[in-house]
Amino acid sequence: MEIPYTVTARPDTGLWNAKVGIWLFLASEVMLFGGLFSAYVFLRLDALPGHWPHGLLNVPVGTMNTAILIASSVTVVMAWASLKMRRFNAYWWYMLVTILCGLIFLGVKLAYEWPEKFVHFGARIKTEALEKYEPYLGNKHLLAKGRERRIEITGHLHNHEALHDPNIHEYEIALDKVNAEPTNPESDRPHFWPVHATDKIAHIDKKDVEFAGMFLPNFSTYFATYFTITGLHGLHVLGGVLVFIYLWLPVGANLYKRNPEHLANRVEVAGLFWHFVDLVWIFVFPLFYLL
Amino acid sequence: MNETHEPVAEPAAVTTDGHAPGEHAAHDVAKHIRLYVMVGLTLLVFTVITVALSYIDFGTQKANVAVAMLVATFKAGLVAAIFMHLSNEKRMIYRILIFTVFFVLGLFFLTYLAWYDPIVR
Repeated sequence: MEIPYTVTARPDTGLWNAKVGIWLFLASEVMLFGGLFSAYVFLRLDALPGHWPHGLLNVPVGTMNTAILIASSVTVVMAWASLKMRRFNAYWWYMLVTILCGLIFLGVKLAYEWPEKFVHFGARIKTEALEKYEPYLGNKHLLAKGRERRIEITGHLHNHEALHDPNIHEYEIALDKVNAEPTNPESDRPHFWPVHATDKIAHIDKKDVEFAGMFLPNFSTYFATYFTITGLHGLHVLGGVLVFIYLWLPVGANLYKRNPEHLANRVEVAGLFWHFVDLVWIFVFPLFYLL
Repeated sequence: MNETHEPVAEPAAVTTDGHAPGEHAAHDVAKHIRLYVMVGLTLLVFTVITVALSYIDFGTQKANVAVAMLVATFKAGLVAAIFMHLSNEKRMIYRILIFTVFFVLGLFFLTYLAWYDPIVR
């Protein structure tokens, strides 16, 4: 069966069919991400003081990934424009760069950003024990400045067995700088460059801890929303890359020989999806990395 | 099935795509290339601005969020208007999107209602 109106406009809509199709799909995508973002707003507004962390993500890496996604948005529109101008060679190269950008974005996320969180340890201190850990939290200093108090001690866990062994009564961690020098004014606000764990060691009694673990979705509401939204976004990037690879393979060249306008329209539709994925990231980046 | 079913085999010409005359034709596309690159560069510049603004204290956290969302909305608008061609699209697409905007705002409003629940608060 031949699909009608792949290159010519349907008289009643004034559009070729796939264009209407992709926009209907994107409308449903807006609702999907809209639901998640409104959940984010709800959870964040209701977070208790100190329960919404700042500066836990790697800002330079996030900025780089944002730039990569923007660059790929430019290259995919250039790929489409090349087809419109019947320059298949240019199309092929622009598409290749787009695919590589998508793969780099995913690679950075899956091979670096997420795993870096999986090995980062945090312990949320019970309210009644906050005083005891004041040397690591610096809350008197923060309150005097009118800032939110800290309730978490983070860093590199030395005794991993403590997570499972009930006979071990404390966590031994190499503190992050924010907990090693909590009254240093530099620690008041997040920094652009990530600050790694210091060699200052702290022992935290398990009975003073409300929750302790690696930075996984179960660690906090923040990480639950972070992994859900960036995970779903990452799946979209993967989907886009797979479609681009399909259009870039000889399938695309064959279609181009038969009907270049048809390939241009397919690339336009895939590109619309890709721009939407870029658009979502434009909101994800500040909401999770910067604010 | 004897509808106006156009044959798909078309020559490699440029104006047989059924678009309104002038829209997305090859010479038009060529004119837009500079625009696409400029928009890309603008988006990169505003990414740097977003990062820089986040290290400026606007008084409250809420103010910082508002500033960042303002910049993000501007960037998203550029992507939608230029890259996604929404600045010059057919009426059908706008009709779909009006409903989308309505329902997504409704969704956020429901969240707001839940958060502002006067019985719990």
